[in-house]
Amino acid sequence: MKTYDAIVVGAGHNGLTNAAFLARAGLDVVCVEKNDYIGGAAVSRNLYKDWWYSNCSYVCSLLRPEIYRALELHRHGLQITPYGGSVQFMENGDYYGSYHDEEVAYREMARFSRHDADAYKRYSADTMRQCRFIRDFLLSTAPDPSSFKPKDLRELARIGGKFMEMGEDRMYDTIRFWTMSVAEYLDEYFETDVIKAAMSGSGIIGTALGIHSPGTAYVLLHHYMGEVDGNVGSWGFARGGMGAVSNAIAGAFKAAGGELRTEAGVDQIIVKNGKAVGVALDNGDEIHANVVVSAMDVKRTFLDCIAKGDLPSEFHHRVENFKIRGSSGKVNIALDGLPTFPALPEGSSLYHSDMHFIDSMERMERAYDDWKDGRWSEDPYIDMLIPTLTDPTMAPPGKHFMSCFVQYCPHKIEGRDWTIAEKDAFGQTVINQIANYSPDFKDLILHAEIRTPQDIEAEIGITEGNIFHGELTMDQLLFNRPIPGYAQYRSPIGGLYMCGSSTHPGGGVMAAPGANAAREILSDLKRPNTVPENFGDD
Amino acid sequence: MSNQAPVHQGRLKTPFYSRLEKLDFVNEWHQWKGYSSADSLYCSDTEYFAIRNATAVFDLTPMTKYRITGPDSLDYLNRLVTRDMAKIKPGRVAYAVWCDDQGQVIDDGTIFHIREGEYRLCSQERHFAWLQAAAIGFDVTITHETGDVAALAVQGPTSFSTLNNMGFEGLADLKPFGLKHFDFQGRELMISRTGFTGDLGYELWIEPAKAEALWDALFEAGKLHGIRAIGTTALELSRIEAGFLAAYMEFLPADETVRTGRSRSPLELGLEWLVDFKKPNFNGRRALAEEKRHGSTWQLVKLDIEGNKVAHSSYIFGQEKSNKAAIGFVTSAAWSPVCKQNIALGTVRAPRGKPGDTLWVEVYYQREMHWNRHMAKARVVDKPFWFPPRRGATPPGPY
Repeated sequence: MKTYDAIVVGAGHNGLTNAAFLARAGLDVVCVEKNDYIGGAAVSRNLYKDWWYSNCSYVCSLLRPEIYRALELHRHGLQITPYGGSVQFMENGDYYGSYHDEEVAYREMARFSRHDADAYKRYSADTMRQCRFIRDFLLSTAPDPSSFKPKDLRELARIGGKFMEMGEDRMYDTIRFWTMSVAEYLDEYFETDVIKAAMSGSGIIGTALGIHSPGTAYVLLHHYMGEVDGNVGSWGFARGGMGAVSNAIAGAFKAAGGELRTEAGVDQIIVKNGKAVGVALDNGDEIHANVVVSAMDVKRTFLDCIAKGDLPSEFHHRVENFKIRGSSGKVNIALDGLPTFPALPEGSSLYHSDMHFIDSMERMERAYDDWKDGRWSEDPYIDMLIPTLTDPTMAPPGKHFMSCFVQYCPHKIEGRDWTIAEKDAFGQTVINQIANYSPDFKDLILHAEIRTPQDIEAEIGITEGNIFHGELTMDQLLFNRPIPGYAQYRSPIGGLYMCGSSTHPGGGVMAAPGANAAREILSDLKRPNTVPENFGDD
Repeated sequence: MSNQAPVHQGRLKTPFYSRLEKLDFVNEWHQWKGYSSADSLYCSDTEYFAIRNATAVFDLTPMTKYRITGPDSLDYLNRLVTRDMAKIKPGRVAYAVWCDDQGQVIDDGTIFHIREGEYRLCSQERHFAWLQAAAIGFDVTITHETGDVAALAVQGPTSFSTLNNMGFEGLADLKPFGLKHFDFQGRELMISRTGFTGDLGYELWIEPAKAEALWDALFEAGKLHGIRAIGTTALELSRIEAGFLAAYMEFLPADETVRTGRSRSPLELGLEWLVDFKKPNFNGRRALAEEKRHGSTWQLVKLDIEGNKVAHSSYIFGQEKSNKAAIGFVTSAAWSPVCKQNIALGTVRAPRGKPGDTLWVEVYYQREMHWNRHMAKARVVDKPFWFPPRRGATPPGPY
């Protein structure tokens, strides 16, 4: 029987990225996927007539441009089109818009508060300083602070150097920033409730935390540190939906000679004498390889696919306690036409932007209270977009696809499974909130797909449907991600690596975990590195 | 000549000005051969993506245009330009360059074979004197018609869908570098499958009196296909991605240079495929044949540069650590949003600059007032940076 150089488990964007870089180094790689389609949570699904849904991830910013370039993703059909701004609809009938154009953004903010409009520059510089600090570490392995290996020492010295270079006051600020809540952080700059509410959303997206929870300021950064063509903080649409990202990476993988197998779910990772030697598929087939790389989240990898006896008990315990909590759902809608939002001026560019329907910090926090009680938010935080206003390929002309990311939404309702009635009621909550601001919206709905964390877990395989494969809090970041001592993509089992979003630098369609893991694997195999360097901001 | 405004007016307005003005939110204009032309109408980034993602409309009326007619028009053009115009049948368009007797490029442009023996020559610069001088001995009539023809570039992946909505029968069969005539409100509209963006796209040519009606019909047809008007900034970026040359960037018109050696030959611009030595005679033939025998002095290069710092105005070197003089310089540079590549066009001392060569560029960039510089590796590439399959597809897809 054939023995591959490497098996990558899971054809999500990180698995595919990892596989592509390994294949480019000349390894014989097979990537196995349980579903009959590839992409994991970066997919375009044809779920209704001529509509294509980005039914999990829906926008793109974090995807590292270095990887995009190295894999020549444009030659494999990927095009990212940026979109600008966001809007916060208000209960009083007004709205707060944020715009790509700096001066327009200023004037809009000044409509609410000249203080806030002027404070924005300082806020922006302070946030950018943190972005600049973290961006540098995205495309490199987090150093192990307990290691004396030259590579770790060098990297620690580099981080230390970058930190010291900030100067005393900013070092304090940085430590505070990494541990404070997004609400506290915004309070330091702004006075207007709706402006703070608008900005706080990025601090809680994808986490089971509220805007007042410590650590959410960092999550805000996680949504700001991406870029589109050098515009740090910008977001864009993948033309054709998020599946275009996965398809392009898969194209690069196949062009490098890689093999993709769908409907090949992994039942067990086969371990012999403490070393991974292959995988046993759900259908009973076995595939053998010298290296096994799991793109699944850390819980699914080690709790579901490895025999308990093969893991050190301390490690096993840590994996069990890894925080990966379902906190968000999605409602994906096919529309017969463009809904109108009477609050907005006709032809406003804000139709193309992120739309939100919560206008105060109190409502943001109350949405979280419902989740703590094991229910979905009655007044949820929705990140809604109509990508088809920008992308002509996802729906027939004049028709639209609407993507609603909804927070909060628990993995289980008060500790038990969701019922169908509850799932429908969740979808209705979302539709009603939008309809409050768009009278013709409901009549335009042709089809809606409602996805709870449980649905996402069942289909995609991510534990609790957590979009980041684990909370982005300090105890689970950098050298702590996913497990202290195992933050460099290796596991306690020889030949078994991790490359999913549970690893540094975390979730989002970034492809950095997959790429960083490939670099480590190639180094272990003494193969030439194919993974690009960070472009660097300076 | 019609449509000529009084000289004291300052800036000319194209027949589309009234429509552009309505879509203008940022008031950023420059002049293009005497006409007001928009840099940007609302946001050049978004305008650029209209080219690559939907339908972009650019007013190219100020483009210099000449009508060439008469029994000797083919022979005349064949003498004028370096390529074989006999191969360009009616209904076809040719990209061409023309040279002085020293084989140095005066300009590049497109020649439309509108009907048997009837041509339109479009160029960046104005060459009436030169064209007339070159016509000695030929029975041709050359007419300057810049202001007599209103022209729009309609470019982007949904441009076909947009135009198809206007009911142009047979447009689907129009191949790249083809042109066809259609009826528009009882007048003749010429549509060519040409453009300056390297993407699927068309150019529309009509009499000025019908310009506004054409614009309105076009924008109505493109409403559901993401149609947007764009300015020059967005177009320029797509031009570099397509690897097209621009006068005053990649070359200077030979008749305008003061210093010796500041002009370029077609061979030096990578345009040897445009030079047909099988033709008995054309302007610059002898000098170009000589250059081909002895080698060129310069070589145009397309560069794929490492990193993400754009190599504006960079010197090009043969080695990373070199105390020797630079071997050339960058003429156009950009970060390509669609390729996610750091790209540039440049000119280097031949025989350096062959496809596959590794060169180095000294990149200067500013971060918060301070300037930095570094040497970046640059790979010489052969093909355009951006050449999507849709550009050549006939019939074109819906998007």
